Amino acid sequence: MKNTIAMTPELVAQHGLKPDEYQRILKLIGREPTLTELGIFSAMWNEHCSYKSSRLHLRGLPTKAPWVIQGPGENAGVIDIGDGLACVFKMESHNHPSYIEPYQGATTGVGGILRDVFTMGARPIATLNALRFGSPDHPKTRHLVSGVVAGIGGYGNSFGVPTVGGQMGFHTRYDGNILVNAMAVGIAKSDEIFYAKATGVGNPIVYLGSKTGRDGIHGATMASAAFDDAADEKRPTVQVGDPFAEKLLLEACLELMQTGSVIAIQDMGAAGLTSSAVEMGAKGDLGIELDLDKIPCREEGMTAYEMMLSESQERMLMVLDPAKEKQAEAIFVKWGLDFAIVGKTTDTLRFVVKHKGEVVADLPIKELGDEAPLYDRPYVETPKRPVLDAKKIPSPVSNREALLKLIGSPDLASKRWVWEQYDHLILGNTVQQPGGDSAVVRVGEGPRGLALTSDVTPRYCEADPFEGGKQAVAEAYRNIIAVGGTPKAITDNLNFGNPERPEYMGQLVYCIRGLGEACEELDFPVVSGNVSLYNETNGRGILPTPTIGGVGVIDDVTKSMTLAFKAEDEIIVLLGETTGWLGSSSWLAEIAGREDGAPPPVDLLMEKLIGELVLGLIKDGLVTAVHDLSDGGLAVGVAEMAMSGGIGATIAALPFGLPSHAELFGEDQARYVVTVKDKAALDELSRRVGAIVATGEALVLMTVIGKTGGDALTLPGEMPISLSELHNAHENWLPSYMAGEL
Amino acid sequence: MKSAVITFPGSNREGDVIRALRQSTGHEPSSIWHQDTELPKGTDLVVLPGGFSYGDYLRCGAIASRAPVMDAVRAHAAKGGLVLGICNGFQILVESGLLPGVLMRNAGLKFICKMQHLKVGRADTAFTSAYNEGQIIKVAIAHGEGNYVADADTIARLEGENRVAFRYCTAEGDTKAGNPNGSLNDIAGIYSEHLNVLGMMPHPENLIETLVGGTDGRGLFESLSTLRGAA
Repeated sequence: MKNTIAMTPELVAQHGLKPDEYQRILKLIGREPTLTELGIFSAMWNEHCSYKSSRLHLRGLPTKAPWVIQGPGENAGVIDIGDGLACVFKMESHNHPSYIEPYQGATTGVGGILRDVFTMGARPIATLNALRFGSPDHPKTRHLVSGVVAGIGGYGNSFGVPTVGGQMGFHTRYDGNILVNAMAVGIAKSDEIFYAKATGVGNPIVYLGSKTGRDGIHGATMASAAFDDAADEKRPTVQVGDPFAEKLLLEACLELMQTGSVIAIQDMGAAGLTSSAVEMGAKGDLGIELDLDKIPCREEGMTAYEMMLSESQERMLMVLDPAKEKQAEAIFVKWGLDFAIVGKTTDTLRFVVKHKGEVVADLPIKELGDEAPLYDRPYVETPKRPVLDAKKIPSPVSNREALLKLIGSPDLASKRWVWEQYDHLILGNTVQQPGGDSAVVRVGEGPRGLALTSDVTPRYCEADPFEGGKQAVAEAYRNIIAVGGTPKAITDNLNFGNPERPEYMGQLVYCIRGLGEACEELDFPVVSGNVSLYNETNGRGILPTPTIGGVGVIDDVTKSMTLAFKAEDEIIVLLGETTGWLGSSSWLAEIAGREDGAPPPVDLLMEKLIGELVLGLIKDGLVTAVHDLSDGGLAVGVAEMAMSGGIGATIAALPFGLPSHAELFGEDQARYVVTVKDKAALDELSRRVGAIVATGEALVLMTVIGKTGGDALTLPGEMPISLSELHNAHENWLPSYMAGEL
Repeated sequence: MKSAVITFPGSNREGDVIRALRQSTGHEPSSIWHQDTELPKGTDLVVLPGGFSYGDYLRCGAIASRAPVMDAVRAHAAKGGLVLGICNGFQILVESGLLPGVLMRNAGLKFICKMQHLKVGRADTAFTSAYNEGQIIKVAIAHGEGNYVADADTIARLEGENRVAFRYCTAEGDTKAGNPNGSLNDIAGIYSEHLNVLGMMPHPENLIETLVGGTDGRGLFESLSTLRGAA
């Protein structure tokens, strides 16, 4: 092979490869790479595709359980949900593109994760997302919120999948580097899952979907670099989404899969044709030969380099059973999609790419993935913060005022403005729509359903990555329990700063350890995930944000639980221990203007015991409303229950012997608020709590804190807050902010 | 009652309306592909479902209105056959000339998905006999381009001939305050001259079960199921 261009250190650096990584390439292939080969290496060995900084640490995560059909390493994770059905799901980030071009960045994020799910043979039934924006005062925030939300809606609404849940937060540390994490959930028959592993020598490799253009070239490399002020110059590397093409691709793929002609299938996501072809071959211990003259191109004169690195969207690669080629082609013609045989499997274990009669790349296929650099990067543990003493932090305002301010603060205010732009009702199975603890989606005609949630508290992760990692998993667990779901598995989307800085690497390492420990203790394994590093601008990293997407199973969705108060005169009970933990809390940030102190520790045994207790109460119909407590603590939790049910409540003086603002707004973990109808139900609840305590495992606490009723929420010693005042405070912030009124 | 649901590339609520028809009529509707040129014999009702036909990259519904199957739909309507267009289906009906007016972008320029109250117009049509005139029902809306606009003469004629099928309103029935998208006269759905074609932006097919939001949409399908040919 002849080289048309000199391999200079600058060229190598432009491809995101370090000098020692380039030496590794020379050693591996024994010669200088061609430009196309250099591009292939840069695509395969960047952080986004190779996990070179995180792989070592990800190995420690628990990924197995009897119900796990497929753990990490495929397009998405797969769990058995019973009745011969499997749930296929994954969450993935599209952070860098979304900052540069919010609408298209977000659409292609949604499109990519939907493809990951239907590539495995599953029909998507729901999507969720987790969004983090900079400070509301930052001049770009409004524009980014508006573009990202429109983009997520624009793609999902057209594709035809309900967007049922998510979270959205603001912090100045995301000013120059927002986070857009999208999760897709699909359903397949548990014995009809499709994988990327190619089999058989000489089988045709088929390209289908949209044509290949010059968009997104080096997208994955960009996603592996930190931003500076010139970020806008990267706009041409952002791809453009076409939900219509994806909808056709979905229907065509699922129809084709029914014919039994698909041997292997891989979507073209990050690093496009390169990554998908290499993965199919490497997983099947086969070589792959591609003929680029056959690739359907959108533009004329595309070079081999451009075709191999294009990240044009809505494309798939398949290995087909040659006997069923005609049948397959007919399906693609029906759906009006491009279909081309672009290569074949070989027994050489080489990745050979031909263009215009010449071999432009000839590389060892397994080593492209297996020999990717693996770094044990130096890291330091985040220094422990002192535990704050609530008694030494007086409240500058009344608890009434604090509550109104908190429920109207950017992080806790209603996100209705967002989710009303998402079609959350299509498919007619959305049993619980956004705004509850978890979304609840019926599977087919029921009665089975899924509880879906996405969670993380970046403030805690910044303060203590280990406890923060644990807390993200524990909160997902609680949110699933609160709707009556049995937590089954998670997908993790790890968003961190530059791993070459030991302090940020330390955040990654300790967050992974924390979430691993929580997954282990709660029997809640990780089945898929994504790592997004280098999330920093001008040298300042984002808050460490390991977003957790949790999936639970509800045996009978007609019995799912909600947080809304159901009737007047019901007894409100707090389950779990209250120590008035204000460190790193929402109250501390919004009311006291401080973000210091250790975050609340997570007692995983307590999470499990109380979680199982609550699940039993729901299954046996002993509780009428359930809400997990998180940001803003007890007062915010009760306010949300009141607003949701349109029924007020009176909270009695709390017996914890703490300053009242710490009792009301502290963020102790492993807590739920439930309501019970009457004394008999309360007695049964006491009996069950007593039974746990009697085992000697842990001291589970329950406290009757008040009664439902009326049209106002009354906190101890305060004037009542009418429901309409609560509603206004909660609902008005985001629409007013987006309208530029704030 | 024999019904047929047409799928265009990019339709995405065909499954929802098929489920609603199945549950209300007890019959499985036939699925018709956009390239088919005729409807099954004996079809009473043709449904154009919601979605983004052909991506709606041109004016919504403009390409679908020219699909091969639409000649058969026009012929069916001309013979007095029933046609129901929901959301994108309504957009296709106006682009096809089967209903007057156009659907513009929502006044707020955003896609809106939420529960929405409607005031039922006349209750003597094939589509609304199970409702009462003036009844307020709660269904879903999910659209970016549902802002109904027509010239003054057309609006006057629709009103004069009592052809406004549904109007947006609040839970209390206030139409002005309940209009989510800027539609003229708060119009959410209209009939053709002979009342056999109905186009509407809201989604009654998503409100057929207590478990999923409520059952106020059932009335429309129950009205249809009592028609001729009903088993």
